[in-house]
Parts: sequence; structure tokens; C-alpha cells
Amino acid sequence: MGFGPFLLLALMESAVTAATLALTAVGLSLVFGVMRVVNVAHGEFFMLGAVAAWFITNFIGGPPWFAFLMALALAPLAVAAIAALADRLILKRLDYEPEATIVATIGLLYIFQQAALSFYGPQAMPVEPPFNFRIQLPWFGYSAYKLSVILLAALVLIGVWLFLTRSKAGLVMRATQVDRETAQAFGIDTDRVYAAVFALGAGLAAIAAVLIVPIAQAHYLMGHDPLLLAFITVIVGGLGSLRGTVIAAILIGLSDGLIAFFWSPTLAKILATLLVAMVLVFRPQGLFGARTT
Amino acid sequence: MKVWILHVAVLLALLVLLLVLPAYHATNLARIMVLAVFAIGYNLAFGYTGLLSLGHALFFAAGVYGAALPVTYLGFAQLPALIAGLVAGAVMAGLTGLLALRTAGVSFMIVTLMFAQAGYLSLLYFGEVTGGDEGLVLPGAAGLIPGLSADAARTTIAYGLFALALIASLLLVRGRFGRTMVAMRENEERSRMLGYNPFAVKLAALVLSGLFAGASGAAYALLFGYAGASFATIQYSILPMLWVLMGGAGTVLGPLIGTAAMFYLVDIAGSYTTATLLFVGVALVLLILFAPRGILGTIRERWLPWLP
Repeated sequence: MGFGPFLLLALMESAVTAATLALTAVGLSLVFGVMRVVNVAHGEFFMLGAVAAWFITNFIGGPPWFAFLMALALAPLAVAAIAALADRLILKRLDYEPEATIVATIGLLYIFQQAALSFYGPQAMPVEPPFNFRIQLPWFGYSAYKLSVILLAALVLIGVWLFLTRSKAGLVMRATQVDRETAQAFGIDTDRVYAAVFALGAGLAAIAAVLIVPIAQAHYLMGHDPLLLAFITVIVGGLGSLRGTVIAAILIGLSDGLIAFFWSPTLAKILATLLVAMVLVFRPQGLFGARTT
Repeated sequence: MKVWILHVAVLLALLVLLLVLPAYHATNLARIMVLAVFAIGYNLAFGYTGLLSLGHALFFAAGVYGAALPVTYLGFAQLPALIAGLVAGAVMAGLTGLLALRTAGVSFMIVTLMFAQAGYLSLLYFGEVTGGDEGLVLPGAAGLIPGLSADAARTTIAYGLFALALIASLLLVRGRFGRTMVAMRENEERSRMLGYNPFAVKLAALVLSGLFAGASGAAYALLFGYAGASFATIQYSILPMLWVLMGGAGTVLGPLIGTAAMFYLVDIAGSYTTATLLFVGVALVLLILFAPRGILGTIRERWLPWLP
């Protein structure tokens, strides 16, 4: 295989990473933007989504496409419900104080990990893809499912954008983000908004996980890398800026994939983590964010 | 005066415990004391100066490898290796602080987390030198003190290090610099107005904190005979925070109490269930929800306002 096709293959693989990263990171960014909460347990919501998808496909059975569609519908709902509960029981009582919520979400991270280890087990298990169709390119065959992941992720992102900009609920969320107290003065129940945003953020991570689980496998420690990459993406894109987050996800997903493909995955992560630290130190508004006062 | 009586009494009580406890528990106690030095260091940054770092694993691992690499590759003796580890922890904290202290609050947490993560990944990347996940096996505590068995030498050195760290932190926080650190925690802007340089004070506090963490990491590697990349994982940044929160942030004896309490909580839970991570998670959530001041912090607030 020549260099051109090789590069194309690397690009396509990286695009799948970028697509799921965009979903995960937008979830994290939304939670940070509206609630000012750094959710360290975000990667575990991703993991829970994948594990839930495994349980759902195994208990429903039937043809793979049907089981997968059910997982895609139900797993994010289940994870969103867990997130809403966590918000009500823990984060709300802390009054969303930034440092306290980080400690609390670290606690949640361990609780979710242990729950997955106890109920799901230490092994990695795959979910059958909804269809096994290979697109034959001149140089190599490529899984059609992986391409559909990119498409589906893009559709979900457009859906989120429409929801935030065109619906009443989205307007309420944006109003709460801009000024919580004024929103309250206008009769908005910000507690409910926060619970909904936290659930939506977790649900987006879960959707990304359901999409990726036929390619990767479900494992109780799988939340670690998505969390780190999502953090990097959100910070590089500008904390709380959704457009910046999506652009950064594409950039980081592609470059991470390419460096990992041609050099070493560890080197890619070292560079990315250092980049993020430097961005936060020297350009805290993010590479794409505008400086706000 | 009663402050000194209390701390000397605690040190004497530990000594008596070490002498009367059976070997298994004495080794546990040695482990707790070495890790408590790490917690004392974390407490200097978090409890007294108000710097919530998620990257202390980097300083601990700098101590671990600062001691382990010279022993493995340069044939250092144990004592020079301990000093090398301690210096490595302080230098690493200084370098991190120079950049990370330009940020504050949530950004500071994330920057320190990212530096620690980069450090961990670098240890894996240079796995041929560092041993990566498998780590390096060191000679261990045998023969550290001529004429003493490995167990006895280990507990003696652990006790000596802990006593030194406890007295040093007590002197530090009751001294001039300690009060300046607390001033940074309470109101950075006002202390700036009084003529202090917040950046320099916080950097010095972080370097001191890294010094303790490095000493603890070096002692841990040398006394228990193992160095590995796992010491640089985020878990080793979370644990000291948990210990300090449990014992009481901003109290001198809190780190020891928190480390011991958490160690035995996990140890006892481990004999009933394998779900030990659950206890770490639940402890964190319950502490931050219901007892953000920790054990000693609550005692100080209710009954003993003179506790340092």
C-alpha cells in the first residue's frame, strides 16, 4: 500500500475518533458552560453508556440492527437518568461550588468504576455492529459502520445545536448560562435546568460510547482516555464555547489519530496534554474563544 | 506549650505502637507513616495555602524515580538516593509551579492534572529506562541500618522520616511563613496589598510541598523496594487529597489521621469485599457533602480551638 492510501486510511480512522470525541467533548463543554462544573466523572458516563449498550443488546436479542437501535435509544436515557440523580443528590447540595464539585465527581468516578467492575466484570466485551458491510475502495475495504458513526455523530451534533438555538428549553439553558440570577428572577427553575443540562451532557457521552462500542469493546476502565481527550478538547476550544469545542474536537481527533498512527499513541497523548497545559497557562480563553471579562 | 506536648506525645505513642505491635501491623504503620509524609506535603499546598492540586502524583513519582534511577543505573547508596529523590520532588514542583501558578482555581487543577498526566505518559514512553508499568525492583530495606533486620530498618527509617516531617511542618505553619501561606488562602488580594508577592509565596509553598512529596516517594521506593509508573497515575494525586480531606485540611496532625483512617478503612473493607474503590468514592462524596473540614477540622471547630 502506497503512502497516499495509507494516509487516507489513517485520516478515516482519525475521523471516527474525532466524531465520537466531538460528542463527548460537547457534553462536557455544555456542563461546564452552563453549570461551571468540571465533571471529572464524564468519562465514566461514557463507560456506563458502553456497558449499558452491552447489557441491552444481550437482553433484547433479535437481529443485530434492532438490538443496536434499542441500545442507542435506551442506554443514553439510562445514563442521563443516573446523571440527573447524581446532580440532585450531590452537586445541588454542594451549591455547585467549583472545587467541591470536582472532589465529588472524583468520588462518583470511583463509585461508577467499582459498580461496573462488580456488575459487569473486568473483561472487555464487544457489541455486534448493526450491519457488517464493507465499502470496497480501490486500495482497501473499509467498514461502512465506521463511516456511519461519523454521519450519526454529525446528525446528533446538529440536533444539539438546533435544540439549543431554536427551542424554548434551549433558550432557557442559554439564559441560565449567561446569568443564573436574572434567569431565576424571570421565573426559571434553574435547579431543573441544571439537572437537565447535567443529564444532557452525560447522555451525549453515552451516545458516543454506544456508537463506538461495536468498534472498540466495553470495559470498565474505558472512560479514562475519552475523559482526558474531552478535557483537552474543551480547554483548547475555549471553556464553554460549543463551536470552539467542535472545531477543537476535529483538530485534536485528527492530529491525535495521525500522530498515533505514524508515531506512537503515547507520544500523541504526551503532546496533547502538554499543549493543553500551555493553552490554559498562556491563553486561558482557549484557542478559539473570545476573551470575556 | 500544650501544642508541643500534644505532638511529642503523638510521636511517643507511635514509637510505643511500633515496639509493641506484631510485625504485620508494624509494617502497615511504616507504610502509613511514609504516605503520611506525602499527605503532610499535600496539606501544605492545599490545606494551608489553598492550592488545590490534582498533580501531586508527579512530585511523588519524581521522588520515587529520583531515588530509584540513581540506585539502579549509577549505583547510588540509599541515603544519597533519598536526598536525590527529595530534591527531584522539589525541583519538579518548582518547574510545575512556575507555569501552573499563572492560573488559579479550576484552571490550576486542570493544568496540574495535565502535567502529571504528561509525566505518567513519559514514564511509559521511556519504559526501557523506567520499567514502565512493570517498574524496577530495588534492593529494599535489608541492610539499610547495619545490624538491623529489613523490617526493623524499614520501620526505624519510616518513623524517623515521619517525625522529622511532622516537626518541620509544625514549625513551618506556626512560623512567619506559615501565616503568610494562610494569608494567601484566605485573601490573596489583601495580602498583595500588604506588600507580599503572592506568586513567590505560592511557588515557595508548592516547592516545599513537592519536597515532602518527593521525600515520601523516595522513601517509599527505597523502603519497599519497588518503583513503577503506577505511582504517577492520577490515583496518587487523588489519594493525598482524600487523606487530607478526611483528617482535616489545614491541621498538622490531620494528614496522619486521614492516612491511617483511610488505610484501615480500605484494609478492613478489603477483607469483606473486593469493591474497595467504592469506599474511596463514597468516602470522598460523603466527606465533601457532610464534613468538608474532616476529622480534626471538626474537632478543632467544636472543642479544641488551639489545635494548629
